[in-house]
Order: sequence, then structure tokens, then C-alpha cells
Amino acid sequence: MNFRTRDLVVRYRKGAPAALSRVAMAAEPGSVFAVLGPNGSGKSTLMRALLRTVVRDSGEIHVGGRSIDDWSRRELSRTIGAVAQTEVISFPLSVRELVSMGRYPHLSPLRSEGPADREAVERALERCEAEELSAREVGTLSGGELQRVRIARALAQEPRALILDEPTASLDIHHEMAILRLLRRSADDGMTVVLITHELNLAARFADRLLLLDRGRVAATGSPAEVLREEVLEEVYRWRLRVREDPEVGRLTVTPLD
Amino acid sequence: MSRSLTSHLSAWVLLVLAVVGASCLSIRFGAASLGTLEVIDALLGGGSPTDRFIVRELRLPRTLLGILVGGGLALAGGVFQALLRNPLAEPYILGISGGSAAGAVLLLSLGWVTATSWALPLGAFAGAGLAILLVFGVALSADRRLDVRVLLLAGVVVGAFFSACIAVILTLSDAPTVRSAVLWMMGSLSGASWRSVGVVASYTLPTALVLVALARPLNLMAIGEETASHLGTEVERVKRIAYAVASLIAAAGVAFSGIIGFVGLIVPHAVRLVVGSDHRQLLPLSFLAGATFLVLADLLARLVLAPVEIPVGAITALLGVPFFLLLLRRSLRA
Repeated sequence: MNFRTRDLVVRYRKGAPAALSRVAMAAEPGSVFAVLGPNGSGKSTLMRALLRTVVRDSGEIHVGGRSIDDWSRRELSRTIGAVAQTEVISFPLSVRELVSMGRYPHLSPLRSEGPADREAVERALERCEAEELSAREVGTLSGGELQRVRIARALAQEPRALILDEPTASLDIHHEMAILRLLRRSADDGMTVVLITHELNLAARFADRLLLLDRGRVAATGSPAEVLREEVLEEVYRWRLRVREDPEVGRLTVTPLD
Repeated sequence: MSRSLTSHLSAWVLLVLAVVGASCLSIRFGAASLGTLEVIDALLGGGSPTDRFIVRELRLPRTLLGILVGGGLALAGGVFQALLRNPLAEPYILGISGGSAAGAVLLLSLGWVTATSWALPLGAFAGAGLAILLVFGVALSADRRLDVRVLLLAGVVVGAFFSACIAVILTLSDAPTVRSAVLWMMGSLSGASWRSVGVVASYTLPTALVLVALARPLNLMAIGEETASHLGTEVERVKRIAYAVASLIAAAGVAFSGIIGFVGLIVPHAVRLVVGSDHRQLLPLSFLAGATFLVLADLLARLVLAPVEIPVGAITALLGVPFFLLLLRRSLRA
């Protein structure tokens, strides 16, 4: 289940400046693809385009080798699990109810939840270390707990690809590492993982390919070593910084300077 | 959701019994004092012609209309609350109350119809329809997508416009017209007839089924349109169908019974406090609860000051507010 775009242009309104401009990317199965960039650089827009929740102006998007226009909404939802940046839950729901919604793409008016669906929900809760939360009301969760529950919902979809927008933004170190290792393992098992993040160091550590966006354009793309270069990052982020290899984990780390 | 039908079986049984019980009471009691045996006799086609008329042509259709309108309003309210993700949403929110009242008041004050005419529902329905069209027109002109905030604002503003129209019309009307217009606006089931029951039923029941069939997408819409779409919902299509259908249910209810407030706002909340937010349970149970509530409210409206009838809209609020506050307090304690 790969994602490919070519010359992708997205505008939120006619005549508005392009939120994405001629973006080309390719995320392959079995890998973690990280999308980086400053605030407002188009990361979340790219996610919406890949999920077809925003209409593109021009260019091509292919999902699993097929143009995204040829997919039905339901097919997309069976194939891609998504965790958007925010979500407002206005009515009381239990954690298990929320995670069970991940099974909706597999249900129909004539097919309600069976044992297999309930198992998928339990498995997803377990993988996100959220079993003990399952009876809690969603409104009583902390930000980090809610985030794990939302990731569990995406896993309960049993998708072949995951797209996550800042999934670890409100997580403590333990849960951040646990979730990223989970994503890494999912990719190693053959899933396509698209990870939108601000955390350059985590991207360097867990991703195979990076895409650095700057004001809707591709500033750099490739392996961590190809993208995380001081001169590239300094221009995009307009801040002086140092890129070094961390001797402990053997990965690049980016440190902003004073 | 893991909660199955059976886990709310008690709620289902209770509410079905409640509808039946409320209906029995509503047919048994009224302004005319008939005994239980006389009522049963009249139902079966015996008794005096007057008794037969009271039971079969007045109380029975009135009870059925109460079931349909009360159920329809509660169902529509539950759907609006999910779509707008706003617990304050109610069936009239898209300007329907203002539009229908303006239509009815205009006909009354022009002297074209009396308060009992069959043309009054038509006028009210046309007004509601006009309001819906205006609101949708504004909401859709802004963007290709139906924006919830624009819809909500347009609904409030269109409602306010029609309220202003009503104020102007009433100022220019004579006192008896003002009185019947005000009474109409407070809602009543007194206009019930077999014809109105037929019209409302053929209208409300199929549309109610459409809404109940949308329960699963509505569960997703209640947690946000973006997530709903990630989970396979055709968000724009569901929104358009659900808004249109729920508005039409509200408009049909309003046309034949005036503006009965409170049922559509409070009943879905009360049901939600008991069975949770799964719309597959919430929507059908809200229909049953709304039906029970309105039939009982109407019974009180007829009995309390008999032979004078209190507008049922006043009863729904007088009864509903304490009941709801009680339920709210209990759920906060738990």
C-alpha cells in the first residue's frame, strides 16, 4: 500500500495561495515516512490530500498504484488508518466505544460487530497500552491517554497504512517511545506508516525516508542523512542549529543553538 | 460499539410499555367524563354516537398525532445534536419555528383561514419549507461544503427575521387574531383528525427510518467530520440527507401541532443520560420517549383546567424542566 504524489497542488480557496505546491512524494510499504516542516508548511494539508478530505487543484495522488479518485470512501477507510491532529468529542463515550468505531468501515447495516471485531478492538487497546482505560469515559482522559486511545482506534481498523498527524505531541517519554516503537514494528511487518511530526530527532531515529516541507514546497526529501543537513534546516527553520550523530543511539540529532 | 441491543433491553421494554400506557391514559381520560367501560365500548363501535365520536374521532387521532409529533421531534432533535455537535441544538434550529409561525400567522391575520382550517398546516409547512431553503441556500453559497457554523448562524438569523415578520403582522392584526395566533404558536394537538394523522404518519415514519438507518454514520459525525470521513463516512452526503430529513420531520410536526418546544431538546439528552451516546440506541429510544412525553403532556394540557386547554408547549416545559434537572443531578452524582 504505497502513497505517491506528483505535482500535487492544493488550495483551500480559489485564488488563495497554494497550501501545497508541486509536491512529489513516495511512501512505501515496510517503511516509516516522516513529513517534517515548520508550522503552516503544509504537513496536515498533505495528510488531508492523501486521505482525500481536501480536494486537490491539480497533480496526481496514487494509493496502492491506483488514482485516489478511483477509491470509494469506504475502501479508503478499510485500507488507511488515520489519526488527525485534534478531535472534539462532544458527547459522553467510553474508551471502548470510541475504539470500536475503528471497526465501522468493516460493518454494514446488515453486518454488526462480531467476535472478530471485538478481538481487533482488544488487540488494538493492548498494543497502545490502553486496556486499563477501556471502561473510562473519554472526557475524563488526559491528553496523552486520549491520544493513545485514538491511535488504538486507527489500529482497530486493521489498516494496511497509517497516517498520523503529531501522534506523540502530548505523550510522556515512556508512551512516546512505546508508540513510536509500535509504529516502527508495524512498518517492519509491512505496513506503510506516514508520520507527520515536528520532532526532527524522532524522525531521524524512527523514519526511513523524510520529506521536509517549507511553505507548501518540498525543501528536501530522502534519507535522514540527506535531509537533516545544517544548511537545509537553518534555511527552512530560520534558526542556527547543529546536526550531530548521537553516539548512544547511532542516529542524527538536531540541536538548536542559542 | 460493543453495547448490544440486549444490554438496553430494559430501556426498550420500558419505553414501549410507556408509549402504550400513556396512549391508554390519553384515550381513557379527557374533558368529557366517560367511564372505562364506555370508552372500551365506544372503541369497539358500540355506545352512544357522542361517546363514539369523542373516543374514535377526537381522542384516538389526538393520541396518535401526539405519538408521531413527539417521537418525530425527539428524533429530529437527537439528529441535530449529533450533526451540529452541539447539545443545545433542537429541531427548530434551522429557522423552522420562525418560518412556520410566520406562515401560519400570515394566513390567520389575512383572515383567509380560521384556526381550525385544513389550510393552516399548509401555510405553516410552506413557511417552514421557505426557512429551510433560505438557510441551506445561504450555507451552500459560501462553499462547496456544508459548514456547520454557517448553517447554525444562518438558522438563527433566518429565524430572527421571521420573528420580526410575525411581530409586524401581529401589530397590524385585531385582538382575536392575535389570540389565536399566539395560541397556535404555543403548540397544541387539538387540531388532530384522522386526516392529519394520516398525513403526518406517511411523512414521519419513512423519514424516521431513514434517520435511524443513518445512526452509525451519525455516531462518527458526533466525534468530528474529519474523523468520520477517515472512518468511511461520506460526510457531505450524510449531512445533507440528515439535515433535510430531520428538518422535514420537524416541519411536518409544526404544521399540524404548532411549535411544541422542549421535546426535541430535552428528550434526546434524557435518553442519552440513560443509554449513552450510541445513536443506534439513542435515536429509536428517543422516538419512543418523545412520543410518551408528548402524549402525557397533552393529557395534562386537556385535564388540568378542563374544559379549558393549556397549550401543550407550556406543559412540556413545565413538566420537562424539573424532570430533566432531576435526571441531570442523578447522573452527575453517579
